Amino acid sequence: MSRQRDDYEKSWWYRFRKWVDGEMDLLDEGMEIRVPDEMLAAMDGEGQDAARHPAENKEHTFSYDGRGIRYFRRFYQVMSVLLCLSIIFVLLWTVAYLPAFGNAGNPDNNEVSARYIERGLQETGAVNIVTGMILDYRAFDTFGESCVLFIASCCVLVLLRIDAADGNEQARKRLEEANDRLFEPKNDVILQKCACVLVPLILVFGIYIVLNGHLSPGGGFSGGAVLGSGLILYLNAFGFGKTERFFTEKVYRRLTLSALTFYCLAKSYSFFTGANHMESGIPLGMPGRILSSGLILPLNICVGLVVACTMYAFYALFRKGGM
Amino acid sequence: MSMVQNFPFFSIILAMFSGIASSVLDGKRAKHLSLCVIAVTTGMSAAVLRFCMKTGESYTYMMGHFPAPWGNEIRAGALEGLTATLFGLVMFFSVVGGMEHTAADVEGSKQNLFYIMIDLMLSSLLALIYTNDLFTAYVFVEINTIAGCGLIMIRQKGRSLSAAIRYMIMSQLGSGLFLIGLSLLYDVTGHLLMTPAKEAVAVIEAAGLYAVPMLVIMAVVSVGLAIKSGLYPFHYWIPDTYGYATPTASAILSGLVSKGYIFLLIKIFYRVLGRENVIASEIVNVLFVFGLAGMLMGSVHAILEKDTRRMIAYSSVAQIGYIYMGIGLGTQAGMVAAVFHMFTHSATKALLFISAVGLYEVSGDRKDFRSLRGAGYRNPLAGIGFTVGSLSMVGFPMLSGFISKLLFATSALQSPHKMLPTVIALAISTILNAVYFLRLVITLYSIPETSRGQAASPGKSNWKLQLSVVCFILLNLTLGLYSQPIVEWIGSGLAMFD
Repeated sequence: MSRQRDDYEKSWWYRFRKWVDGEMDLLDEGMEIRVPDEMLAAMDGEGQDAARHPAENKEHTFSYDGRGIRYFRRFYQVMSVLLCLSIIFVLLWTVAYLPAFGNAGNPDNNEVSARYIERGLQETGAVNIVTGMILDYRAFDTFGESCVLFIASCCVLVLLRIDAADGNEQARKRLEEANDRLFEPKNDVILQKCACVLVPLILVFGIYIVLNGHLSPGGGFSGGAVLGSGLILYLNAFGFGKTERFFTEKVYRRLTLSALTFYCLAKSYSFFTGANHMESGIPLGMPGRILSSGLILPLNICVGLVVACTMYAFYALFRKGGM
Repeated sequence: MSMVQNFPFFSIILAMFSGIASSVLDGKRAKHLSLCVIAVTTGMSAAVLRFCMKTGESYTYMMGHFPAPWGNEIRAGALEGLTATLFGLVMFFSVVGGMEHTAADVEGSKQNLFYIMIDLMLSSLLALIYTNDLFTAYVFVEINTIAGCGLIMIRQKGRSLSAAIRYMIMSQLGSGLFLIGLSLLYDVTGHLLMTPAKEAVAVIEAAGLYAVPMLVIMAVVSVGLAIKSGLYPFHYWIPDTYGYATPTASAILSGLVSKGYIFLLIKIFYRVLGRENVIASEIVNVLFVFGLAGMLMGSVHAILEKDTRRMIAYSSVAQIGYIYMGIGLGTQAGMVAAVFHMFTHSATKALLFISAVGLYEVSGDRKDFRSLRGAGYRNPLAGIGFTVGSLSMVGFPMLSGFISKLLFATSALQSPHKMLPTVIALAISTILNAVYFLRLVITLYSIPETSRGQAASPGKSNWKLQLSVVCFILLNLTLGLYSQPIVEWIGSGLAMFD
């Protein structure tokens, strides 16, 4: 015989079920996660219609109960697992038929990689063949990749930048809510001391990776990521007040614009002369020197700037909805 | 090398550069720059088309100092020039037509970001059309996806955010499959450029090597691009995406973006995998079946829908089904019909979205199609535009939709096994199309009830929207009345692919 419990709401099972359903956060002292009704209405911008013609909008607002829906969801879960397993099986099955890894006779050991390895240094002037490939042989793809970063940061700007300048009441409210830097501890001594030591090292190391991209492993993408992380650490330790002395949205825009513009113009010149079989007239220099390998060094610097700016911009936008 | 041969490269770089430069311009200047660039690139594409038709052959263009298997390369032929010209025209009129709504839907300080998306979208579409390199194609597919997300979510109202998330997930799934296909292809051929990759594939197929990987490559690339263009079972992102974005974005996404992926798929079929191999692998039959299913199910969904823009979006599902059915026929004639329908659909669907907005304006901006009663009298030009677009989709003679249906039917006659299902599905789908499009047109021209008629204000929409509707109608008539030379251009362009 089981005793009827009257403290069911305090039982582990109840809390576990609530957590599974997403209504309660166990870590947060049982704070109920439920969106207020007004906010739901505000979120639904097309809500006016829904209010006017409730019956017509039924298919968008039906409640998730009833046996049919439950069976459908179960069926859906089972099928999605089966689909995933079958795709995994097909891909593994394919791998079994691919050429063995590292075999000298593989199709990808052909004249393409042979020329990259044998004549890469002579043709691009870059000791690091990978940099020579991505910034000279296949520079158009790399320009595309930089534009991917650029457009990704534009999308984050669209989503997260809050413009209070419009005098919009709602925007100002959002700005206040988003600005969580007001609530965080200031002047954390341990963090600041560590940052004092680490930030210069990280920045110098990042600059080294970018500048030596054509000589040693590294280059714009990896060096830019290191630079960006150094800036983010500095921001965390000393706050926006300090970083805004040298890095504002204006600086960000100018840096990205000039880096991408230089990349675009320099490579356009190179593509145009190449396709029309003209000499580009850019000296390759002595392999192994810092100032060598033609356009690769400036292009690496451009890519590094774009990557560093993008990383910092993502972080700042997520932190306070602006830069 | 003549100057015209540089134009494909110029147009891609110009579009990218205008996107970069727009980041420091204000909204108005960015808009003007964007319009100028679209116009200039369209002119350049037309010049490329003319050049290729005159010389009668395609050419490749080295992007840098290194020839084919080592450096990047782009390629231009008649079909590339024709597609780029038409896409440019559709994009220009879509931007012009939806301009006022863009200004209203997008926050003031984010206007320039919208035009950055437009510029980079243009550059990625051009690059997908002109590319001769598989990895370049992948990079620009990425740009296209992100720009598409940006265009949807920049209208930060209602369901556009959830629509953008849905679009992003499905689109990334497609990109992922496409990338897996490319890596497998690189593993078995050792090339990323299309021309040497095709030679390597021919050697592999002749020797009978790597049969399983080749099949998986064809399947994965086709399915990945089919997801991204919204073929029937993968269409669930379409109605939300097209229904809740700002009008320009809806017109561009439905009219151009999905077509860019289809064009890439056709190019990969012809220029990398080899048409005979694809037909022999029966992948085309799978596309054929799903295309037929899409033709019917898209129309059924559209009939059940009450929101006008979602209805037009579901009609896109059906039209994408038509295109894949044409590819799935596996004949040259079927491919010509598919490409022609691609053009038809991009011109017509953009017209429908833009003129639907003109009708909403005078009907109190409600979503339900019944609120549009009598809207055809309140905004005559938009009403005419919507009627022309609907009739074209149904297949009324003189309009472009009629020609593409005719081409589909005649090409079906050439493939004996697929003739019957194609013709039956065409007939049923045409009837279903007529049901929901003519229902809309009749609604537009029926006398409004007094209670609802008062809520709706009569009035004219701005001249930009009217201009764009007129231009789209002319484009539709051109495609319908001068179809013979266009079909010939498509045929010779496809012949240049081999």
